[in-house]
Amino acid sequence: MVLAKVVGEVVATVKHPHLAAQKLLLVHVITPEGGATGRVMIAVDTVQAGEGDMVLVNDEGNGAAQVLRRPRGAVRTVIVGVVDEVARE
Amino acid sequence: MLFARVIGTVVSTRKVASFRGQRLLLLQPTTSAGRDTGRPLVAVDLVSAAPGQPVFYVRAREAGMALPDTDNPADAAIVGIVDQVREEPL
Repeated sequence: MVLAKVVGEVVATVKHPHLAAQKLLLVHVITPEGGATGRVMIAVDTVQAGEGDMVLVNDEGNGAAQVLRRPRGAVRTVIVGVVDEVARE
Repeated sequence: MLFARVIGTVVSTRKVASFRGQRLLLLQPTTSAGRDTGRPLVAVDLVSAAPGQPVFYVRAREAGMALPDTDNPADAAIVGIVDQVREEPL
């Protein structure tokens, strides 16, 4: 999983059935310090994350299927947690 | 899932059986703002996208899982057409 920040959303009327009724958020992968990496992905939100939230993003299909409680499908990028704090030793 | 723009079509008559009936499109990966980034790739089209359209696609094993017959060798599949992107600065 990677740390990312929710920076927006994507509206798509035509999408794969596996993405039906899913909220698609734009997430920018960040460094532990909150810096930009330039890596932006579209993720399915499973934790009601909001814009500006630091989140935990899983980018692998098996984990995605598990949190979405369905057989493996076309979804691999999912937001699986809202991060309260990152402490670096 | 990642952003791309459809830049062409790919015709392949002789192909693996699991690709029969599937449409192949040429994609140029882009940033969320639509700027080109990286090399073009071929993806299976599952949303009837047209050349010039901004789309998003999924890579790796999940691309194959997007097809009706999941026993196939796809490593990229178009799974949505972008209507609108709203993005705030980081």
